[in-house]
Amino acid sequence: MPLYILKRFIMMIVTVLIIATLTFVLMRAIPGSPFDEERTSNPTIQANLEKFYKLDQPMPIQYLNYLKSIVTFDYGPSIKKPNESVNTLLARGFPISFELGMATIIVAVISGIILGTFAALRHNGIIDYGAMTFAVVGISIPNFVLATLLIQQVAVNWHLLPPATWSSPKHMILPIIALATGPTAIIARLTRASMLEVLTQDYIKMARAKGLSPFRIVARHALRNALMPVVTIMGTMLAGILTGTFVIEKIFAIPGMGKYFVESINNRDYPVIMGSTVFYSAFLVFMLFLVDIVYGFLDPRIKLHKKEGEV
Amino acid sequence: MVTKDPRVSIPDEWFRKKGEDHERAEAVVRPSLSYWKDAWRRLRKNKLAMGGLVFLVILTLLAIFGPVFSPYEVTATDLRNQNMAPSAAHWFGTDEMGRDVFTRTWYGARISLFVGVMAALIDFFIGIIYGGVSGYKGGRTDSIMMRIIEILYGLPHLLVVILLMVVMGPSLTTIIVALTITGWVGMARIVRGQVLQIKNFEFVTASKSFGARTPRIIRKNLLPNTMGPIIVQMTLTVPSAIFAEAFLSFLGLGIQAPYASWGVMANDALPVILSGDWWRLFFPAFFISITMFAFNVLGDGMQDALDPKLRG
Repeated sequence: MPLYILKRFIMMIVTVLIIATLTFVLMRAIPGSPFDEERTSNPTIQANLEKFYKLDQPMPIQYLNYLKSIVTFDYGPSIKKPNESVNTLLARGFPISFELGMATIIVAVISGIILGTFAALRHNGIIDYGAMTFAVVGISIPNFVLATLLIQQVAVNWHLLPPATWSSPKHMILPIIALATGPTAIIARLTRASMLEVLTQDYIKMARAKGLSPFRIVARHALRNALMPVVTIMGTMLAGILTGTFVIEKIFAIPGMGKYFVESINNRDYPVIMGSTVFYSAFLVFMLFLVDIVYGFLDPRIKLHKKEGEV
Repeated sequence: MVTKDPRVSIPDEWFRKKGEDHERAEAVVRPSLSYWKDAWRRLRKNKLAMGGLVFLVILTLLAIFGPVFSPYEVTATDLRNQNMAPSAAHWFGTDEMGRDVFTRTWYGARISLFVGVMAALIDFFIGIIYGGVSGYKGGRTDSIMMRIIEILYGLPHLLVVILLMVVMGPSLTTIIVALTITGWVGMARIVRGQVLQIKNFEFVTASKSFGARTPRIIRKNLLPNTMGPIIVQMTLTVPSAIFAEAFLSFLGLGIQAPYASWGVMANDALPVILSGDWWRLFFPAFFISITMFAFNVLGDGMQDALDPKLRG
């Protein structure tokens, strides 16, 4: 086990390093300096600016500085908002995005598992068809489309819930629904499929033969095993939800990290793009790492030191 | 051989010896179907999947010929007819520049389908080569190739795509390149898994003992037998590529105005939904959703149809 964790940990570091390097190379590959649009600046100002952002140093030094800034979580000042550092933007935006993301995950996991389990228990019944119709529809509607539809109908036409911002629990309902529907649908499908398989296993028959109540069979015996595939996709799902927050925050005018990120893309604010990409990637890769370890603990069949060549 | 029970007397002449029918002894009762014919037979029974297929065929035709039926150009602006509700002149209404939403919808369909299909095809080629080599070679090569995949798999794809879009500048080519740079990994994993399983089957050994070389074995023995899961994966890649294109366009990183893609149209419609111009959002949103839906149900149906275990 410690060896497995160590191996995963090293992979995590390598992944973050690759992302960081890729970001660096890509950003430096863009022709011209970020200050090109500022026509007023004379060469001296230009040079001073470059010095301030340490763009006058040779590439390898810049790269090392950059790596250092990642390790020390100091991403430097924003170029378009000179009074703010990338860190302040992250500190302001990330907690909100995190809140939105976590709320979405929790809603999606709980409702997805309940939906999938009931669908499997009533296999080919009305609940099953209903849940699976919802699942396919939920996977097919992009979150930004759902978000705009929700604003138009629920907020504008029916005046039930506020259409934007993130100031009270009431404001959070629509963004969470918009973001959670897709993941809920995926989890429901997965749970249903693996639940159907688990329910035919001998140990379930055994549990039934022992006279256990159906609830106990499902909750104690079936669900535990049926949920393994759900745990497996948690990592990728998290990535989807976190990037999903970008558009959702844009649509609902939520002042999270996504808003700053999209803004920084639109006005080519490189330090912000680089800082938030690396920060987000590191966060995601760390989550994947956690999921992997949790998975290892949950499934006793997984030998934590896998054989060579297995994935 | 007839044994007579003495308790019941059945006259001998009631028994008729059935002549040995040598001609039909070898006949196969169930019509012999190839794998693909059988899969097609089962897919045809799946109404939802067939509905998806029919929709996609119609959509493809409309994407190709739809603009021909419209008197308007896709980028032609008409400032006297801004934000018009759907009418006889403009079936799907017009946008804030007076452009015809009907015409733009089919142009959007072209872009969405093109991005989806290209992404799936490129993934397919890279995935087959990488996964095929990795699975077939095995051992150390496989180990190294899989470590690379594992690391790539850990990358947050849309973030990388966004980064690439920022650097390369928004265009159709960029979208496809960005999507495939991150997208082929899933396909490679599937191909590798399949190849790993099949390469030890007897018919491959037989082929080897006849002296077939590696490229031939991969081409003739391994690939045809891995096609099922690969096609399913391709069908499911298309909707996620369509989603990614719409997502990027929605963030302002995709196709640029005045050209139309569904994501761009939905993005442009965002400011006006509060004023009740529902058609601006409805048509692109509806077509994105229903196209993804069609590909998803078709993919699901193919998954069932191509799975030999489910053969009824």
